[in-house]
Amino acid sequence: MKALVIGCGRVGSNLALQLDREGWDVTAVDEKEEALGRLGDNWAGGFVLGHGMDIEVLRRAGIEDADAVVVATDGDNTNIVIGQVAQERFDNQCVVVRVLDPARAQFYRERGLRTICPTSVAIDVLLESVRACEVRPAEASKT
Amino acid sequence: MYILIAGGGKVGANLARVLLGDRKHEVTLIEQRRDRFERLELEFEHQVILGDATELYVLERAGIARPPDVVAALTGDDEDNLIICQLAKEKYGVQNVIARVNDPRNQAHFDLLGISPTVSATRGLMALIEHEVPEHDLVHLLELRKENLEIVEVQLPPGAPAAGKRVEKLDLPEGSRLISIMRNGRSEIAVGSTELQPGDQVLAILQPGKEDELRRVLLKT
Repeated sequence: MKALVIGCGRVGSNLALQLDREGWDVTAVDEKEEALGRLGDNWAGGFVLGHGMDIEVLRRAGIEDADAVVVATDGDNTNIVIGQVAQERFDNQCVVVRVLDPARAQFYRERGLRTICPTSVAIDVLLESVRACEVRPAEASKT
Repeated sequence: MYILIAGGGKVGANLARVLLGDRKHEVTLIEQRRDRFERLELEFEHQVILGDATELYVLERAGIARPPDVVAALTGDDEDNLIICQLAKEKYGVQNVIARVNDPRNQAHFDLLGISPTVSATRGLMALIEHEVPEHDLVHLLELRKENLEIVEVQLPPGAPAAGKRVEKLDLPEGSRLISIMRNGRSEIAVGSTELQPGDQVLAILQPGKEDELRRVLLKT
């Protein structure tokens, strides 16, 4: 199974490493050469230097026969455009896109793009934690 | 008309100035950079707002829900321009969007996602250069994206297969027509009886992708 990870920052690099450990054939794409360093000295997967908006870069990274494409650069709009290109031009069935802005993440999710919003996830987790610690003192004071 | 402009750089600010000069239009300009915004505010006052035009609440503050007659996405970032146009069209039902393409390599993305018309300074300059100094035998003059047609110009070389033939005798590809010919500085509409001569500058309208067939009929020796 081939996975393409576009954007090899903190999120992308760790995801690429994890997929690699799970047996995927992973190629990472980033416009900065330093990004390769995040994958460690033992990285045996692919790495393509270039911008994910560039069709030639995507082709070189093997988008045409990738089984999964993860788009996680640091730009929401860049990710949304690349995600749509992967889905609609290259007909990739499994495209996952990181979008930090909850509003745009929701709009594009409704349009059929699989967006993941770390901000919403963080909000949910923080809310849960706040609720979890608020209940106990209140209950304690009632009794 | 109500026109919403995203991006207050040279292109956006000049467009806003021209539109407001007509006194017939209402304009809102969105600029993301504070330094630019402050300069623009001196001139455009309440008609410019500070913010990222790809954020829904910024667009809504600028009145996108009315909706505007035209949204022009003119920032220096192609991804932003694409997203602004998609949001305007598909979320807020804006009928007319115009996108600036900064890097002509990104044109394919705009086409794929149905954002048109687009404006590209590089593409415009290339068309002008080709028109002035034709390096290729077939020059693209105008793309009519909505109609899926384009207008091209060819100059008939000596010995071209079409030279000496009447237009009605040409085996033109399906989905193409000759519009006019220009000879010795004068042009006339091409009709069936028009006879082509070497040196003629011929305008043709055709569906994209038919260029090679047209070339074969008119130019190949």
